Amino acid sequence: MFQKILTSALLAGFCAGLSAAALQLFFVQPVLLHAELYEGGDLIHFGADAVSAHPELPGFDPVRDGLSILFTTLIYVGYALLLVAAMGLAEARGVAITARTGILWGIAGFVAFHFAPAISLPPEVPGVAAADVAIRQIWWWGTVAATACALALIAFGKGWLMWSVAAILLLAPHVIGAPHPDEFSGPVPPEIAALFAARALGIGFFAWALLGLFAGYFWQREEQASA
Amino acid sequence: MTALVQSAAKSSVLPFVAAMVLGLGIITIAGHVQASTLHDAAHDVRHATGFPCH
Repeated sequence: MFQKILTSALLAGFCAGLSAAALQLFFVQPVLLHAELYEGGDLIHFGADAVSAHPELPGFDPVRDGLSILFTTLIYVGYALLLVAAMGLAEARGVAITARTGILWGIAGFVAFHFAPAISLPPEVPGVAAADVAIRQIWWWGTVAATACALALIAFGKGWLMWSVAAILLLAPHVIGAPHPDEFSGPVPPEIAALFAARALGIGFFAWALLGLFAGYFWQREEQASA
Repeated sequence: MTALVQSAAKSSVLPFVAAMVLGLGIITIAGHVQASTLHDAAHDVRHATGFPCH
């Protein structure tokens, strides 16, 4: 069984991870590089001179971007292991898993891992002011766990009690509040920060939907092969 | 008998739990551990994926 989970997750994670890496390099990386010009002081927002919104950006860097491709793929393999394991557990309890229903699972994964944390802790462009990283990570993991439990209760729970618990779990991390900095000191224009957050979330959505599709497909294929 | 059923149930859940622990481990190492080499290598991805980075 473990081998079946591992095979499906590796295949799904690699396919979705490579897609995510390509999309990130094309849509997110230029925004990040643009922000780094402000972070490093090459460009100054509200300085003496007006600054062009379209500076020349560094091109493809084989080492830096190669590492990004590697790590994106790794992270999506990690997501895939969680997703396929959850799918397998659900299937053992009579839930049908296919590539088509997998898309829904993927979107749920996106909500738990990207969207819910981003509601109170938006994807950060380099150079923004932020609270202590360890505290933000604790809040991030807590939010992911609470949201994942809530989505499972909404999808598979029955009755108002379970749905009420789900609503509390969804809202609690944001009512408690994410750790934010005491002062703002970010040198990056808000236009760039907003575009970065929107792009990071948009690409995350597509990549997770693909991950769900691939996970459902490969899981079902493994199932048929072992039947 | 009860023990048998329980152990059968446990062994059927174990591979799923093991896969989840492995997945969480990978996400933690690639996305969250602050060791400087790891942080630098994964820097762009951590930002683009919405993980708390610095």
